[in-house]
Amino acid sequence: MIGAPAYEVRDVTFHYAHRMEERQRNRWELHEISFDVTAGEILGIIGPNGSGKTSLLKLMARLLRPHAGTIRLFGSDVAEMPQDAVARTVAVVPQESQYAFSYTILQTILMGRFPHRRSSGLGLFSWEAQDDLRLAHHAMEELDVAHLATRSIHEVSGGERQRAVIARALTQEPRVLLLDEPTAFLDLNHQLEICRILRRLNEHRGLTVVMVSHDLNMASQYSDRVMLIDNGGIVRLGSPDSVLRPDVLAEVYRCEVIVDRHPDTGLPRITLPGREKLPASNVNRVIPSDDRRPNHKER
Amino acid sequence: MPGAPSPVRVAAGPSLGGRDASIHPVLTRSRWLAILLMLGAAGVLVVIAALRVGAEDISFSQAARILLQTIREWPAGEASHDPAAIILIQVRLPRILLSFMVGGCLAAVGVGLQALLRNPLADPYVLGISSGAALGAAMALLLGIGTTVFAVSALPLCAFAGGLISILLVYRVAVSYGHLPVHTLLLAGVILNAIFSALIMFITSIAEPNRSFGIMSWLMGTLMAPDYLALAALAVYLLVGGLILFRQGGALNLLTLGEESARALGVEVERVKKAVFLSSALMTGAVVSVSGLIGFVGMVIPHAMRLLVGADHRLLLPAAALAGGMFLTLADALARTLLAPGEIPVGVVTALVGGPVFIYLLMAKKGGLIR
Repeated sequence: MIGAPAYEVRDVTFHYAHRMEERQRNRWELHEISFDVTAGEILGIIGPNGSGKTSLLKLMARLLRPHAGTIRLFGSDVAEMPQDAVARTVAVVPQESQYAFSYTILQTILMGRFPHRRSSGLGLFSWEAQDDLRLAHHAMEELDVAHLATRSIHEVSGGERQRAVIARALTQEPRVLLLDEPTAFLDLNHQLEICRILRRLNEHRGLTVVMVSHDLNMASQYSDRVMLIDNGGIVRLGSPDSVLRPDVLAEVYRCEVIVDRHPDTGLPRITLPGREKLPASNVNRVIPSDDRRPNHKER
Repeated sequence: MPGAPSPVRVAAGPSLGGRDASIHPVLTRSRWLAILLMLGAAGVLVVIAALRVGAEDISFSQAARILLQTIREWPAGEASHDPAAIILIQVRLPRILLSFMVGGCLAAVGVGLQALLRNPLADPYVLGISSGAALGAAMALLLGIGTTVFAVSALPLCAFAGGLISILLVYRVAVSYGHLPVHTLLLAGVILNAIFSALIMFITSIAEPNRSFGIMSWLMGTLMAPDYLALAALAVYLLVGGLILFRQGGALNLLTLGEESARALGVEVERVKKAVFLSSALMTGAVVSVSGLIGFVGMVIPHAMRLLVGADHRLLLPAAALAGGMFLTLADALARTLLAPGEIPVGVVTALVGGPVFIYLLMAKKGGLIR
């Protein structure tokens, strides 16, 4: 049902409890944030390092708890849902995963069935049923990792691993997909591939996609709406055209950017200015690489 | 996690067990049953072989005859005066059952801890949990509670408390911002071990001489023939702990991905952690209170079984339990025959086997281990 909200986020405030200095200065990771995610849309979340993007995504997946405010998922308060009920509705593709032990790709993907598991005999026994295997194979076909089913997760490339993680998310049969920098550390071809897959899943399965990205161009090209956050608050939320404007970006990112039109889509294309032509006497001066805040803030 | 990209962000983690898992298919009910039945059959064979081995030569047919007779006459049977029967029923069989339970339990606890701590080197002995349990038990012995009948004594409970405290300590020390760096974890274990050993030495030094000798010989890791009542009591502890632990198999698979990923996939992480901590402390405490410090079973066996049956904890937990039982039964058979009629403490045998394996794991995968 297009139009009904998948998420209703209301006045959400959050800070990391262990960061004493932030608490004392009353600095919030996120401060009184409110927005809706429409069912069936792709929402791109962008913002500088430490703006609270990842925290917001984790709050939406109930991996963190807000200190104030509510998050409703298809009408139910996330705080009151059991973790596996959340996982039946929302799948998370994290920025990174640890693989301490060597599981096969198929085993990894089948882990997505955990929230749907049925166990018997005092909870001692639970096996994958034919249905689970069918879903896993379907997801593997969709993401083109079926040929890797019996390979170890340690053996495959970063792009293949990321596709496997998305396939695992699909076997959760979610209605919403939350992705944290899904294309970080991937080669160009894999970046494009993942973006196209997300678009396809959104169109064919009606999956709602919320995607945190560093990549402004990716957000511009593949999102229905873009949300720009900075300093724990929403700066702008709307179509790529209305958010990705040079004046807005320059203020938030504190640097000059060039915004023109993408030749294929006509959507905003963001480019950094070219190399400065320096006076000869200044060639050796130290140029501060960026003035972003300390990067330990974003977890 | 720093916001700035670092080249190692897509962490593969240590790949102990490496490529081998690629041959393990998805766990189905029939595969689960087949593997466990095979291991169970092997376990029965090991027990029979171990019954045969010892200072006194008892043939298989003789052993079978004595066993059948005992079962027929049980529970009202007169105590036999046949020395072979006494050795078999009063000494060897309970000792074999004990070593099977102890070994199985240590291996299962090792599997659980390794999954929870995402570290293939975790083991109740290495992490100081065994010595925490031993400290608890030594304090109970010093105060004179529970020196006679294990079934009703406070000894396993004190050991359980000691084990639980050390698990929580090791976890508190090692965890930093949701991550469990390998070196902090191992260091935490080393330091806890050192502190607990010092306290145990202090206790033995102030205890009466005969009591302190008892503590010392028990600490070395021995499998003295217990009576059947003590065995039954131990079995109860292990069944309760095992039931709690084995239920977590499916969730443990996901926990190896990290706590946050597990939670995102629907695991109630805190509940699973509590279950594993409690059951590990319970089983380790019960085992340590009867057999002292037997090291490395909990590390070597899970590693070997992961290579054999794969890393799916629904299968790995029971498989490692059976294999651990077999391993310790065989190690004990060695311990009591190598210098027969004298005995080597079985803890010495397992340390001599397990220590080198531990070093090999550290050396061979050094690059992968330091995250």
